[in-house]
Amino acid sequence: MQAIHHIRSRTVVLPATDVDTDQIIPARFLTTTSRDGLGRALFADWRFDANGNPRPDFVLNRPEAAGCAILVAGRNFGCGSSREHAPWALHDFGIRAVISTAIADIFFNNSLKNGLLPVLVDEGTHGWLLAHPGAAVEIDVEATTVTLPGGRCVKFPLEVFARHCLVHGVDELGYLLSRASAIDAWERAPTR
Amino acid sequence: MTALSMFEKIWRAHEVMPETAETPAVLYIDLHLVHEVTSPQAFTLLRGRGISVRRPDRTLATLDHSTPTDPQQVFGGVPIRIESAARQVAELERNAAEFGIDLLGLKDERRGIVHIIGPELGATQPGMTIVCGDSHTSTHGAFGTFAFGIGTTEVGHVLATQCLLQRKPKTLAVEVSGRLAAAVGAKDLVLAIIGQIGVAGGAGQVIEYCGEAIRGLSMDERMTVCNMSIEAGARAGMIAPDETTFEYLRGRARAPVGAAWERALDDWRRLPGDVGVAFDSAVTLNAGLVEPMISYGTNPGMVVPIGGRIPQREDEAFLKALRYMGFEPGEVLAGKRVDVVFIGSCTNSRLSDLRAAADLLRDRKVARGVRMLVVPGSQQVKRAAEAEGLHDVFTAAGAEWRESGCSMCIGMNGDTAAAGHYVVSTSNRNFEGRQGQGARTLLASPATAAAAAVTGRITDPRELMA
Repeated sequence: MQAIHHIRSRTVVLPATDVDTDQIIPARFLTTTSRDGLGRALFADWRFDANGNPRPDFVLNRPEAAGCAILVAGRNFGCGSSREHAPWALHDFGIRAVISTAIADIFFNNSLKNGLLPVLVDEGTHGWLLAHPGAAVEIDVEATTVTLPGGRCVKFPLEVFARHCLVHGVDELGYLLSRASAIDAWERAPTR
Repeated sequence: MTALSMFEKIWRAHEVMPETAETPAVLYIDLHLVHEVTSPQAFTLLRGRGISVRRPDRTLATLDHSTPTDPQQVFGGVPIRIESAARQVAELERNAAEFGIDLLGLKDERRGIVHIIGPELGATQPGMTIVCGDSHTSTHGAFGTFAFGIGTTEVGHVLATQCLLQRKPKTLAVEVSGRLAAAVGAKDLVLAIIGQIGVAGGAGQVIEYCGEAIRGLSMDERMTVCNMSIEAGARAGMIAPDETTFEYLRGRARAPVGAAWERALDDWRRLPGDVGVAFDSAVTLNAGLVEPMISYGTNPGMVVPIGGRIPQREDEAFLKALRYMGFEPGEVLAGKRVDVVFIGSCTNSRLSDLRAAADLLRDRKVARGVRMLVVPGSQQVKRAAEAEGLHDVFTAAGAEWRESGCSMCIGMNGDTAAAGHYVVSTSNRNFEGRQGQGARTLLASPATAAAAAVTGRITDPRELMA
C-alpha cells in the first residue's frame, strides 16, 4: 500500500446523517469482479437522475467540488452493508479522507485498508467544517491532526497500528503472513 | 478470578497473539463463509501474489446475493439474465475449484443464503469465531459465537492466514425482560430495540442479548434478533447457548457426533458469561410492551408500533426521509396502500417465518394489484416448506414461490420493486433504493407482511388472527 503522510485539500460537505453504503454505491453496481473504476457509481442515485443526467444541485456535481479530496460528512457515515466497494468508489472518485463525528465500524475499517482516511472530530470542529464548505484543510496522518484555515489544529484519534501502516505503507496481509509460525503453533495446540 | 463475559471467553480462546499497545490482536477465525459478491477481488489478490487458501476446510462458499431466484434460471437451463451476475457466479465456481473450497453451487440442494445455511448445516457452532464478507454475519451470534462482517481486503486476509488483526471491541448488554405477547415476533422485538437505541446505538460494540424474553426465543427467532445487530451499528450480537441451541444443532450435517458431541457439549456449557460479569454499557427493555412494529423512514431506527403515528420532528434528515417515503409527520401508517410484499432475506426466511406468513394467507388471496414474492432462505427450507404444503398456500393466494437467495432484500439479481412503490418487507434495510431505485421499503415481521398482502394496506396482523 502507498504511504500517506499529508492530505491537503479544500473540503466538500455532505451534511446528511446516517449515510449508508447503499447510497455511497448502490447494490446494482456490485455485480463486478474488479475493484477499479467504481468512482462512476459513487452516490449514483444522488448524483444522477433516472435518465442518467447529473443533478446540478447535488454537492459532488457542483463545479467547486472538482478536485476536492476531503469529504466532510454527517454523523454515522458509512452505516449498513460491509461492501468495500464504498471506500473503493470514494477513493476512485478522488476522495482521500472523510471527516465526521461518527463513522460506522465496518466502513471505517475498510477505509483504512484502502488509503481513505477516516477522521473523527468533535462537534464544534465538525460544526465549523459543515458551515464552511470549500475550506482549505490539511491533515497530518503521523501527527493525527487536522489544521483548519487560520491555523487552528485539532487532534483526531487513530489506532496506532493503523497509523503505522498508513504512514509506512505497510501491507497488513504481509504482516499477518509473517506471523505464520505463531498461527501454526496455535493450530497445533493440544486442546484443538 | 475476574468474571468473564461470553464474548471475552471466546476472544481469549482465539488469540493467536494478544493485542499490545502497538499492535492489534491476531485473532483466529474458525469458520469463513464466502459468497459471490464480496470475494472475487480477494481471490484475485491471492492469485496475484501466489498465495493459497490456508484452511479450505474452514471455508464454505455459497451463491446467494446476485443469484437468480427464478426457477428457470436456476434449474431450467435458461441463462442467468444479468450478465455481470452470471460472471460473478462463474468466477466463484472457478475460484472454489482452483483453491479447493467447498462451494454449494447453483443447483446444490444445500445452497441458500449464507447466514441461513451455516446454522442449517450445523457449521455454525457455539464458541466459534465466524466471519463473512457480509454485515449480517452477526446472525450466527445466536449460537454463542463471535461473528461479524468484514470487507473484501479482510476476506483476503482470512483466506490467506485464517486470521484477522483486531482490536477488542467494547460490550453492550441488551437485557429483555418479560415475554413477547401473542402475535408479536422476534422481528418486532429487534425493531423495537433498534428504535430504542438508534442506528448507531451499538456502534462498534458487541451486543449480548440476555434476559427472560431472549431465553424464551427459538433458534430461528434468536437468529432474527442477532441478524439485525448491525442495524444498530454493532460489530456483532450474541446470545448464550443453552438447551435450545444444543437441540437445534443435534444431528445436523456438520455437527459433531458421538464422543465428540459430548465433548462439545461440555465446552459449550462453559461458554455463557460468568455470574457478576460487567459490560461496558447496558440497556433494558420489557418484551411485554412490544407491539408489532413497522418502519416508516429510510433507516431501521425509524420504526413505530403498527397502530402508531409517525413522530413529529423537524430536522432535515427526518424530513428528507419522509419526503422519500411520501409520508407526513404525525401520519397514521395503518391503512396506507401497499404495492409489493416480500417474504425473505437472512432476517426472516426460515421455515418458522414461512409458516407465520402462510398461517395468515391460508384460504385467503393476495389483494388485487399487490405483488407478493416468497423467497425461502435455502433450498432445504424450500423443500421443508413444500413438504408441509406451504408453497400451495402461497401460490393459491397468488404469491410467487421462488428458489432461495437474497433476492429483493438487496435487489442485485433483478428482483426489485418499481420507483415509488411501497414494499412491506421482512428484510433488514429500508435504505433509499435498497429494493430498487426509488422503491420505498417498510420493514416488518412475516405476519405483518402477510397481513398487508391480504388487505393491500398496512394492517395490524392481529386483526386477521381473531
